[in-house]
Amino acid sequence: MGAYLVRRLALMVLTLFGMSVVIFVLLRIVPGNIADILFDSAGMVDPAEKARIVAELGLDQPIAAQYLKWIGGLFQGDLGYSYLSEKPTIEEIAPRIPITAKLALLALIFSTVIGVPLGVISAVRQNSGLDYVIRVLSLSGLSLPSFWLGLLILMAAVRYFGDIPIYTRTPASLWDELLLYSLPAAAVGFRSSALVMRLTRSSMLEVLRQDYIRTARSKGASAAAVNFNHGLRNAVLPVITIIGIEAAFLLGGLIVTETVFNIPGVARFLVEAIRWRDYPIVQNLVMFIALVVVVVNLIVDLLYSALDPRIRYAD
Amino acid sequence: MRTALAAVAAAFLSAVAGLAGPALAQKHGGTLRIYHRDMPASASIHEEATVSTNMPFMAVFNNLVFFDPDVKINSPEKLVGELATSWAWNADNTRLTFQLRQGVKWHDGKPFTSKDVVCTWSTLSGLTAPEKGGDMRKNPRKVWYQNLKEITTKGDYEVTFVLGRPQPSFIAMLAAGYSPVYPCHVPAREMRTKPIGTGPFKFVEMRRNESIRLVRNPDYWKPGRPYLDAIDWKIIDNRSTRVLAFIAGEFDLTFDSDITFPLLKDVRSQAPKAVCEARPTNVSNNLIVNRDAAPFNNPKIRLAMAMALDRKTFVDILSQGNDKIGAAMLPGPEGVWAMPADMLATLPGYGPDTEKNQAAARKIMEELGYSDANPLKVKVATRNIAVYRDPAVLLIDQLKKIHIAGELDAVDTAVWFSKIARKDYQVGLNLTGLGVDDPDVNFYENYSCGSERNYTGYCNKEVDALIDAQSREADREKRKKMVWEVERKLVEDVARPIISHNVANTCWQPHLKGLVLQSNSIYNGWRFEGVWLDK
Repeated sequence: MGAYLVRRLALMVLTLFGMSVVIFVLLRIVPGNIADILFDSAGMVDPAEKARIVAELGLDQPIAAQYLKWIGGLFQGDLGYSYLSEKPTIEEIAPRIPITAKLALLALIFSTVIGVPLGVISAVRQNSGLDYVIRVLSLSGLSLPSFWLGLLILMAAVRYFGDIPIYTRTPASLWDELLLYSLPAAAVGFRSSALVMRLTRSSMLEVLRQDYIRTARSKGASAAAVNFNHGLRNAVLPVITIIGIEAAFLLGGLIVTETVFNIPGVARFLVEAIRWRDYPIVQNLVMFIALVVVVVNLIVDLLYSALDPRIRYAD
Repeated sequence: MRTALAAVAAAFLSAVAGLAGPALAQKHGGTLRIYHRDMPASASIHEEATVSTNMPFMAVFNNLVFFDPDVKINSPEKLVGELATSWAWNADNTRLTFQLRQGVKWHDGKPFTSKDVVCTWSTLSGLTAPEKGGDMRKNPRKVWYQNLKEITTKGDYEVTFVLGRPQPSFIAMLAAGYSPVYPCHVPAREMRTKPIGTGPFKFVEMRRNESIRLVRNPDYWKPGRPYLDAIDWKIIDNRSTRVLAFIAGEFDLTFDSDITFPLLKDVRSQAPKAVCEARPTNVSNNLIVNRDAAPFNNPKIRLAMAMALDRKTFVDILSQGNDKIGAAMLPGPEGVWAMPADMLATLPGYGPDTEKNQAAARKIMEELGYSDANPLKVKVATRNIAVYRDPAVLLIDQLKKIHIAGELDAVDTAVWFSKIARKDYQVGLNLTGLGVDDPDVNFYENYSCGSERNYTGYCNKEVDALIDAQSREADREKRKKMVWEVERKLVEDVARPIISHNVANTCWQPHLKGLVLQSNSIYNGWRFEGVWLDK
């Protein structure tokens, strides 16, 4: 297990290095840089002034030198300055991470709490009226774009309550936060829950046909014990995988929800930074998201062995 | 008799009191809540050319002189002094002297003096080299001050602008929202992120993509102003969300001109008490043609394209008939320099019979060998955002009628100006906004030889001479005729055909009082010092 962990950690470092090169090069392949965009808001381009900005920001240096400067800074804890706000990158990114993390966590809880039980019920009551209703629900969750669902929620709130549940001020308490994030979390969690529901159902159906389930039933175990202790425990591995993938996806994939509900999280911020070609923000934020993804993947892999004793990682 | 007179006097006085009532009823206090459509590139008005910066940050500053904020139509005859208490031209209109207000302090407590005025305009006009303190990243309105030769001072409270030739419009440019006085002692970088001014509101913070907050300046030089305690801007880039938030009463005022005519119906039906005002933005949709690239170096093709424009269709589709049709200057009644309608109709392509215009254009193209079977294939470039894309699609449709097969080239908004500045386009659809409804601002920025914003590269020395001549002319009526002559030449030369002038709506809640929208430029009038909340 120890050697496996060391191998995985080494692989993580390699993955992150690859990501850093890819994001750095891709950003510079995209047409235009911050100097172009700064002039966009001025409605003109003065070549001399533009050259001065490019030099000031070090964008006239060879790409390898720019990369080494960034990576060198990263190792020293210096993430650089935002080209746009002219503030340290860490000051811009740090306050937004908890916002998105909380929203993603709530969405994940929503999708798991709704998705897993409904998936189990749908499998256990296969081809019943309830199964059909749940399947329609899950299909609609997969089909409805979350921005549209978000807008519908906002329109309904304005129409029926005369209020709009968007982020216009920093929540004063944990309860405020919970209230503020619950609707966007539901909007985005609805899609995730549909995914979890579908996967739980198909995985459960496969498990429920196994011989050991029949044996458990013939032993006289209760339906709940069969479904949850024997069935769900064995069916949950692919569900854990998809929840893990969703957790990683949600950190960067909440862009639409954050935009519709006006939440100042990292996903919306990342897109805005890409639009401005604010390289220090984009590079560091993408690296952070990549780090989260590889760490979550590692945790999911380790969870496998915790949940299923048959899985052991060889040293 | 005496009793009757007393009754009349009493009635008169009560009527006057009644009229004066609202003026006396201003309430102090409260926070004005406004939504912003996007994150401004910076807080430095001098470095930007967008209402995204002007609207939130004008309240931090003062000008020397300012278009009277209580008068809807900006004109040089309706100016009020801000940091200048009086001003006077010399006999030959080449020296403009200002007496400055004494005792004014910057928001950091330092005194305002003539040195600040010299610093500001030395930098803007290029009299100060960038490395000598004029460390602004961009200077988009340098062309406004090309006639400024020197700035002299007499003590701390008198300053004189010395011009190379008479230019009556110079003072109009100083009165624009784009012309605040900057403090000499604050570096440009700080002005972009934490601006310091002398204005009615102090800057508190700008949280990127989130909010901007200003608070009342307790030491403001104008007694009793401003009325508000603070202004809170929330940045909401999704239009549906922000309009719903306004309908829900989350905001007192929309961002300027953010409500399109289709959206106006929603606002009216869901927030019937909201006050909405439509007005021209002084932003035009225009056709740009790369006149250096074949076959568009042939003036006949450019003329045919201009004549193919069915302006009324653009107006009907884009704004439900509310946009305005005009030449280079803003049309009336809001436009101070508007060309009379009967004169406008005589310009090539402006006649009422669009079919006839298009037939003439088609004939030109056919003489050049183009036909339905052999159309001229072009890429119509535009920014990849709806306000640009929509008219570009209409343009392609109209060009099809004269054997031009256009293909939409939706350009990433980030590189739009870079692309057209290096002439990397054939045909394009652009939007152009004017900070001041003034011929000098428009002509020098957009049509004079070598100007950075002259995207088509149009250059006609004869027109440049006409532009200079109207710029010198002090008699308003004579100057108008000269301006119309320039406009005619620009249309005949197909310099940059104007398709329409945009009109859009701004809305506010009924408890917001004292807001006077300027009708001939969206870039002025955002000091907010006379605005108050009746709640």
